Amino acid sequence: MDYDLGIYLHIPFCRRKCNYCDFLSFVPSPETVTAYLEALKQEMALAAAAWPRLTSFPLPSVTSVYLGGGTPSLLSGEQLQDVLDGLRRHFGVAPGAEITVEANPGTVDAAWLAAAEAAGANRLSLGVQAFNDRLLGSMGRLHTAREARDAVSLARECGFSNVGIDLIYGLPGQSLADWRETLAEAVGLVPEHISCYGLEIHPGMPWGVLAARGEISLPDEDLWEEMFGFTDSFLTGCGYRHYEIANYCRPGRESRHNLRYWQRRDYLGFGLGAASMVGCRRWRNHEKLPAYLAALETGKLPVADGEEMTVAEVLAEVFILGLRLLNGLDLERAAREFPEADWPRVRQTIARLEAVGLVERCGPVLRLSRRAWPVANEVFAEFLG
Amino acid sequence: MDQRFIRNFCIIAHIDHGKSTLADRLLQHTGAISEREMVNQVLDQMDLERERGITIKMQAVRLEYQYPEDELVYQLNLIDTPGHVDFSYEVSRSLAACEGALLVVDAVQGIEAQTLANAYLAIENDLEIIPVINKIDLPGAQPDQVKEELEKALGLDMERTVLTSAKLGWGTPEVLAAIVKYVPPPRGNVREPLRALIFDSYYDSYRGAIPYIRVVDGEIQAGTIIKIMATGKSYEVDEVGIFAPARRTVPRLSAGEVGYLAASIREVKDIRVGDTITVVDKPAAGPLPGYRPVRPMVFCGLYPADGGDFDALRTALDKLQLNDASLVYEPETSKALGFGFRCGFLGLLHQEIVQERLEREYHLELISTAPNVAYRVTRTDGQVVMVDNPAQWPPPGQIAMVEEPVVKATIISPTAYIGNLMDLTAQKRGRFLQMDYLSPERVLLEYILPLGEIIFAFFDQLKSRSRGYASFDYEVAGYEEADMGRLDILLNGEMVDALSTIVHRDKAYQVGRQLVTRLREVIPRQLFEVVIQAAVGHKVIAREAVKPLRKNVLEKCYGGDVTRKKKLLEKQKEGKKRLKAVGNVEIPQEAFLAVLQPSGGQGR
Ligand SMILES: Nc1nc2c(ncn2[C@@H]2O[C@H](COP(=O)(O)OP(=O)(O)O)[C@@H](O)[C@H]2O)c(=O)[nH]1
Ligand code: SF4
Repeated sequence: MDYDLGIYLHIPFCRRKCNYCDFLSFVPSPETVTAYLEALKQEMALAAAAWPRLTSFPLPSVTSVYLGGGTPSLLSGEQLQDVLDGLRRHFGVAPGAEITVEANPGTVDAAWLAAAEAAGANRLSLGVQAFNDRLLGSMGRLHTAREARDAVSLARECGFSNVGIDLIYGLPGQSLADWRETLAEAVGLVPEHISCYGLEIHPGMPWGVLAARGEISLPDEDLWEEMFGFTDSFLTGCGYRHYEIANYCRPGRESRHNLRYWQRRDYLGFGLGAASMVGCRRWRNHEKLPAYLAALETGKLPVADGEEMTVAEVLAEVFILGLRLLNGLDLERAAREFPEADWPRVRQTIARLEAVGLVERCGPVLRLSRRAWPVANEVFAEFLG
Repeated sequence: MDQRFIRNFCIIAHIDHGKSTLADRLLQHTGAISEREMVNQVLDQMDLERERGITIKMQAVRLEYQYPEDELVYQLNLIDTPGHVDFSYEVSRSLAACEGALLVVDAVQGIEAQTLANAYLAIENDLEIIPVINKIDLPGAQPDQVKEELEKALGLDMERTVLTSAKLGWGTPEVLAAIVKYVPPPRGNVREPLRALIFDSYYDSYRGAIPYIRVVDGEIQAGTIIKIMATGKSYEVDEVGIFAPARRTVPRLSAGEVGYLAASIREVKDIRVGDTITVVDKPAAGPLPGYRPVRPMVFCGLYPADGGDFDALRTALDKLQLNDASLVYEPETSKALGFGFRCGFLGLLHQEIVQERLEREYHLELISTAPNVAYRVTRTDGQVVMVDNPAQWPPPGQIAMVEEPVVKATIISPTAYIGNLMDLTAQKRGRFLQMDYLSPERVLLEYILPLGEIIFAFFDQLKSRSRGYASFDYEVAGYEEADMGRLDILLNGEMVDALSTIVHRDKAYQVGRQLVTRLREVIPRQLFEVVIQAAVGHKVIAREAVKPLRKNVLEKCYGGDVTRKKKLLEKQKEGKKRLKAVGNVEIPQEAFLAVLQPSGGQGR
């Protein structure tokens, strides 16, 4: 495989916080946005310069870029252009690289989409979440189902041929019928990619607090599993490929950038709290804006912490991440890549999981069995040291 | 000291009627402690005791008191008694060390079950009783009615009654005067060979086991070679002393006096409460009456939550036993819980105290199995065995007869709750003995109850069915035949030894039902369905199932932040380590506690 690199850029701004959200994002002042973007460009320059200290390989070309958030679509067309130009100034972005921008319905218009296209974005990921205004309202989203539909058609009109939609199920007060409707609407828009995430409740967030007080009722495990199962059969039936536990796509339209995470291929993350991985090293940026800005002001990379993994730890990741892909992972290749790992032990783990029907083998390929999908953590945990 | 100027007394009372407060007043009034030193309730020493407001270890304090009538100084020895039925043998021994007792009764509450139980013990030990009606400062105080109750229930001489408010210090001088006046002086003989009663002991890490003694005849001093009559072991006395309330050495303790001795005795087991100390060269003809070894009444398995702590648990138990001769234990193994100890206790409170001390002082995390009593099982071959462990219950075919320990229970309650309480005692397989009206509003009920039935949550149920008004006490009353059997719990067909209990056959169905229901609530969903069954012999009497796990997946792997995901997975895995595996089923520690709360209610 050619040696290449992915880049993640974090834009931590939102118009307001959604009730379930625990992503790193906040409502910024205009000055904060300007200062942040300057810092982001500075970080890219520093990181490119620091690369030779990281590895002996020359700086590889970038084949996937992902602008995530937060709400990157809160940036103006010029700001977006500026950030991507900054990236291209310091890194070689390969022709045909996948460049994804996340956007929220209600924040995008034709002009912005055209500007994004012009800046180089060729994939749009829309945070739709639900086609149901009652549920959108209760989630604290700032857009309607109508605006989501409009955003998709506008994107098409502006030349985006690769559009993804993010959806959430397992919402308080959401029935299986509600979810079915949302899926049907999504399919009706013919996106290239659909991500379906089960809602996760986080203690500190508004919904976490309400859930702890018993003031919202979440679907029980059984309904959750029914929704998960329905998603699989419905979307597969509509011609989507279920390629990762939570991700579906038209053939050939996997998110190349996200595949990178699961296949453990190198990436650098820039921006607040962004995570990077190169080889057996992982690190993460400061999550507090002042610390992030202060580091860059003094010409330092804003790294907060990191780890240097042992072979066993890396191999554990190979399984934990690789098995999320429903095609599974190639054991023979893993054995070639990590010959020094404790394979007898790994094989024992695999045999144990196979015996209880959680994984299956198909030639050199190891993959989750269908029944393991909704309980995949039970499998992943087994590979941890 | 001339015995004419010695008075040995104790204070007996139902819990919360003011025993400790009154003791503090007596200490203060006689100058044994100053106002400033007065940390509340000096006699209750251990933290645990203070928190629970109960006295589990007694002590003796010497007070110097100038009697106004003759202006002479008297030596008053206040011997504290443990307040709980678990320690009733110790209570009886400390009463045996006295000639008189202050019977403290709350002027609002009136007499309660422990008032009676303690008073009976005092009467058995021929003590002069001085009724003290306390809390007369309270608006609801009814001293006259309390007097009537006392007269009626105990036939006491109410002439001597002192009315007090221990809180405000009212009546303290009168109490002291009454002690000198009504409690007879000791009548031992200093010239007879030494006989001293051990009524308590404690363990000092520097000086070994220290007995508290009441010298009955003769005298004892440093250098005396003593002999413990039950064991025959002898020791040279290093030191004798008293508490006033601080420890103080004295040249000697002679007939009638109370104090401690130090003699490099290794273990408290060597100086059992109730035993007699004499001298080697001129021993007494026989021991003082009343000694008997204490037998554990309640048993359970104690296991370290972390299997690696087994040795630490053994060490901790060894250390506790240095101080507590009534604690017994032996190693046992359970398929579900690994290596642990089968422990015997005087009662439930004793068990709780031991367990709490292990957890608090030795930082051990423990899993305990449901407590049970010891059954006397006659086998078909005629052999009689004591079974204190469900795991050792003989197969049904080999059992000819089972007898269970029973107690004589005294319940005092307002009449309004009689129906509720009779219903409760019926559920507990109680046998009614009699009912007495203490006053038109209050009754005394007597029952024979199986001990095994009252070691579970009985006290709470009694309180809740009487809105907290009923009080309860009991004394051991032998063995009675009962139709008992072992109830087993099976998870996916595999028996969980640590969850087996002995139940009466009439209740097996009900208990089995409750158990499987509770277990279904506490066993987390697993990859497979978990079938929970309760069985007696080979017959399944109740069944529940835990549906398989259907959701455990982390969603978004956002921006490639894999480290965080791994942390979450690690946390899950860590949590799993705390589960105990039984076959292919993993059960949390709460499952074992579930058995302790069969009614789904809260424990003590
Ligand atoms: N009002 C009032 N309260 C008292 C009196 N004597 C004790 N108390 C309170 O009753 C409670 C129980 O007293 P305590 O001496 O601990 O009882 P013990 O359990 O018998 O030792 C405490 O809160 C005391 O403060 C009294 O004479 N009057
Ligand atoms: S838009 Fe996305 S990042 Fe922003 S608050 Fe909502 S869920 Fe969080």
